Amino acid sequence: MRKGATWAGLALLLAVLAAAPLYVSPYVLGLLVGIAGYVTLATAWAMFSGPTRYVSLATVAFFGIGAYTVAVLSETLPYPLVLLVAALIGLAVALVVGLSTLRLAGVYFVIFTFGLAELVRQLVTWYEINVTGTLGRYIFLPLGPEHIYWQLLALAAFTLSLSWWVSRSRIGLALKVIGDDEVVAAHSGINLTRTKLMLFAASSVIITLVGAIQAPRWTYVEPAIVFNPTLSFLTLIMALLGGATRLWGPALGAIPLFLLFEWLAANFPNHYSILLGLLFILIVFVLPNGVLAFAEKLWGGNAGKVAAATRGTPPS
Amino acid sequence: MLATALITGLVLGGTYALVAMGLTLQYGISRIMNLAYGETVIAASFGAYLLNNAIGINPLLGLALIVPLGFVFGYLVYGLMLRPLVARSRDAASLEINSILATFGLLFVIQGVMLVAFGTNFTSYSYMNFGVNVLGANIAANRLLAFVLAVAIGGGLYLLLTRTRWGTALRAVAVSPSSAALVGIDADRAARFAFALGSALAAAGGVIVSMYQTFTATSGVIFTMKALIVVIMGGVGNLLGALSAGLILGLVETFVATYLDPGLTLAATYLIFLAILLWRPAGLFGRAR
Repeated sequence: MRKGATWAGLALLLAVLAAAPLYVSPYVLGLLVGIAGYVTLATAWAMFSGPTRYVSLATVAFFGIGAYTVAVLSETLPYPLVLLVAALIGLAVALVVGLSTLRLAGVYFVIFTFGLAELVRQLVTWYEINVTGTLGRYIFLPLGPEHIYWQLLALAAFTLSLSWWVSRSRIGLALKVIGDDEVVAAHSGINLTRTKLMLFAASSVIITLVGAIQAPRWTYVEPAIVFNPTLSFLTLIMALLGGATRLWGPALGAIPLFLLFEWLAANFPNHYSILLGLLFILIVFVLPNGVLAFAEKLWGGNAGKVAAATRGTPPS
Repeated sequence: MLATALITGLVLGGTYALVAMGLTLQYGISRIMNLAYGETVIAASFGAYLLNNAIGINPLLGLALIVPLGFVFGYLVYGLMLRPLVARSRDAASLEINSILATFGLLFVIQGVMLVAFGTNFTSYSYMNFGVNVLGANIAANRLLAFVLAVAIGGGLYLLLTRTRWGTALRAVAVSPSSAALVGIDADRAARFAFALGSALAAAGGVIVSMYQTFTATSGVIFTMKALIVVIMGGVGNLLGALSAGLILGLVETFVATYLDPGLTLAATYLIFLAILLWRPAGLFGRAR
């Protein structure tokens, strides 16, 4: 019974959100587009990085690849095909990066992804200057904010469902074992590289699609705009605030932080990144496992103790 | 052209080696993966620029002012921000993740302060900007001075670490923090000291870089990346490894820029990085752990 009610509630929520363009102002719709984008990004990021603890700083590399593919191909191919091509390019890059770095210790992966965005940006810039001879492109697609919003909402719903499915499947269990102890995982017969690679690829393709879908909002696109490292940073901090190991954690972290960042960017444009950094340090210090885990610990329910036990920390 | 590329590459590599030595101390001894390292370098560059243009203190003298400041900065950052994380972390892996996250935040704070103070413009100043003939190649005097300084500071540090009792204690902590405590070494103090020393080296690198390169408030990430690549190539905590790897990186970059395309240097750096990671994850000169 309770399960049925949860499903009905979720379906109702999705319907109310999908109908939002009919009853909200253009400004609120703009905010909703941003929220839907970041909820998807943070959930997709946490799907891989949460259980495995492989912190990826490459979010913007894939996001930018998606956005740039749309900028390059939007006039030559029909829109659905452009999205497909973007997803395929994202998949190819994810497989190359994953195959070469996921075998290694976690810290090398972090370092590599840290520079990946810069590498992709420089390669795209180099290609544009030397091969096509132009830097910066225009995107003219007949898509209003409500179309972008619906696409992002669908993608967010899909990402959350995928994340839910993964957490209940064998592969999700395998990921948790890998996150706790890779040696144990290998001895239990888990194919480490394949498991990590599958999740990394899925997460990266979703991130690429978010970039592709959001691209038409810019109209004008150049590498410095779409490969802005702040995006990787925001995604990470949102997922951490909410709790990267929970299904709803990243989404719950994304909504308040997105609104806060919008407010900060509007009111303190010059001190924006200082405030971001301080907030980030604060979150790392005060809420290392995210708000959800903190709340559960505070109210002491069974859920908190079980969750703490599965993470390997003794319940206090 | 070959001789010029060779000498320019070595000179550039000297600076990379110096910058990377600081990071290898921080990561090897203090076990802190500091993503804000490049920001420390750039902050020192801006410091040298300010001293040179506003008060008229040349960068050589500026070094004597900025390097101790870098030391104090590192000491404070470790004591205030990183020490609690070290105390909280259960094992090396979780300390690694925690320190990466905390210093990632620090990166944005330092970068934000520099953006407010100096804006986004490319900055440079002119110091000893005349050509010197070295073995038939024409090199700017400031680059040559940078190389001499890098060798002197790096060499001095190496002697300090290998020839003194105090340096031996630091290296003992790098090998095993828990066993170092057994023979009466204060591992916590050593870690704090190594971190501060690393920041001082970053500051020295920043002043030296500013003598011959333009820099912006946002170029710290590149320095962090290059230093990390050098550290991993040379093997974590290995000073001589960092020296050789830094020189190799400088040479490769200069050759790619001279014979292929200046826009591809970072891509070349990355290829080397990947090749090293896949071929010898413990570094060119490191032993498997």
